[in-house]
Amino acid sequence: MIVSPEPLLRVHGLNAGFDAVPVLFGIDLEVGPAELIAVVGANGAGKSTLLGVLSGLVRATSGTVTLGGEDMTNARPEALVRRGIAHVPQGRRLFGTMSVEKNLLLGAYLRRDREVGDDMAQVLDHFPALKDKLSRDAGTLSGGEQQMVAIGRGLMARPKLLMVDELSLGLAPKVVDELIDVMREINREGTALLLVEQDVLIALDVANRAYVLENGRVVLSGLAAEVRDDPGVRRAYLGL
Amino acid sequence: MSVATAAAQLELRGVTKRFGGVAAVDGVSLAVGKGEIVGIIGPNGAGKTTLLNCISGVFRPDAGDIRWEGTSIAGMQPYRVARLGIGRTFQIVRPFGSMTVRENAAIGALFGSNEARKGPREAFAIADEVLELVGLKAKAAHPVAALTIPDRKRLEVARAVATRPHLLLLDEVMAGLNNVEIDEALEMVRAVHATGVTVLLIEHVMRVIVGVCDRAIVLESGQVLAEGEPEVVLRDERVIQAYLGERYAKRLRASGAEDRTN
Repeated sequence: MIVSPEPLLRVHGLNAGFDAVPVLFGIDLEVGPAELIAVVGANGAGKSTLLGVLSGLVRATSGTVTLGGEDMTNARPEALVRRGIAHVPQGRRLFGTMSVEKNLLLGAYLRRDREVGDDMAQVLDHFPALKDKLSRDAGTLSGGEQQMVAIGRGLMARPKLLMVDELSLGLAPKVVDELIDVMREINREGTALLLVEQDVLIALDVANRAYVLENGRVVLSGLAAEVRDDPGVRRAYLGL
Repeated sequence: MSVATAAAQLELRGVTKRFGGVAAVDGVSLAVGKGEIVGIIGPNGAGKTTLLNCISGVFRPDAGDIRWEGTSIAGMQPYRVARLGIGRTFQIVRPFGSMTVRENAAIGALFGSNEARKGPREAFAIADEVLELVGLKAKAAHPVAALTIPDRKRLEVARAVATRPHLLLLDEVMAGLNNVEIDEALEMVRAVHATGVTVLLIEHVMRVIVGVCDRAIVLESGQVLAEGEPEVVLRDERVIQAYLGERYAKRLRASGAEDRTN
């Protein structure tokens, strides 16, 4: 497996769930600096719950989450954002009656440095379609543009790891391909990416490595190309 | 091209809906024949959901006419449209969270078409029938909070089918499902269709359009860009330009070739 000695993110033996309902069982997962990782699996497999734990929204009942060697298990969301984890949630979750610009700036809410403006310019370089829409209410944008705002908001936190839940949800095929291109750019610029994706073909096409979740367990992991060629994956997720 | 308009069950003539100065739907004419399954595709913001909202009475069109089984329904209240036999689902599903799956399905019947509204006892009978049809029978007594996303989508379809529609409008009921879950959902659509229901659906998933639709209609900037058999429409250069993108079109051709060799 291609993982540097000290990964950016290491999840070890993670168990988590809601109230008394366990969802994740003994998850082991690593993300190296500037890796592009896909997490795939059926609905209900625990993918979004995993992202919830990694951004401090869902409590781990046991196991550890370490960032750059430091134990961050059950740290508060804002501490995780400060350490470089940004979460683009499923369904975008924008503030619909606030302007695009304000939505983007909210991503930088915790930052006190002077480079927020530079990052805003970079986000608009990634998503030029947003340039003349900064003053529009986010809720009036098309689905594709809203996803751009959601990703941009994540980038405004200047993350080391950007986690994107269901990039392709409800978007036109052409827009999905355009957003995937931006994901590649962001990754090339040095940000690690964790993509949770229902469109397994797209995810395995863009990722370096992939994890397959089934009923809250990692049942397969490896190079994306190997995972794509796995007969079980082809049958269960690709419908081939 | 389109089904003979003489036999059209649903017919739109020059339907226009504006928001502020922008025409979200701009002079759309189309016809859906009884028993057809028709797919509407197109870029985000092309006006697909707005068009569905015009048909189901959520919006009154600013211009044009919508004719259902020969009479105009343009601007009619949504509940009256439902009573005339047009059922619909919503993109964002909103089941009643404190009720069971069965109770949610029964609500569809209680407020549905004239054929469905026969009182509470009949409503539960219809609920049981549609839950079996969509594959949720085993979960009838479950609270909706316990449902997975694919099951929530099934329930959304069940509620709409419980209104006993002659035409079912489906707004992205397969978004967020993986290929195998989509294939199961396609079986559900075929089962509903087999009971004699015409289907008009919006999807971005080409597996759905190719897998189940007799015809595809492509909307762009509120207008009909192309229309015809799915395989033909998806090869249309204008559709590739506006909607699919070159790379996707290439993948689609490649996967088609793979399907044929498998």
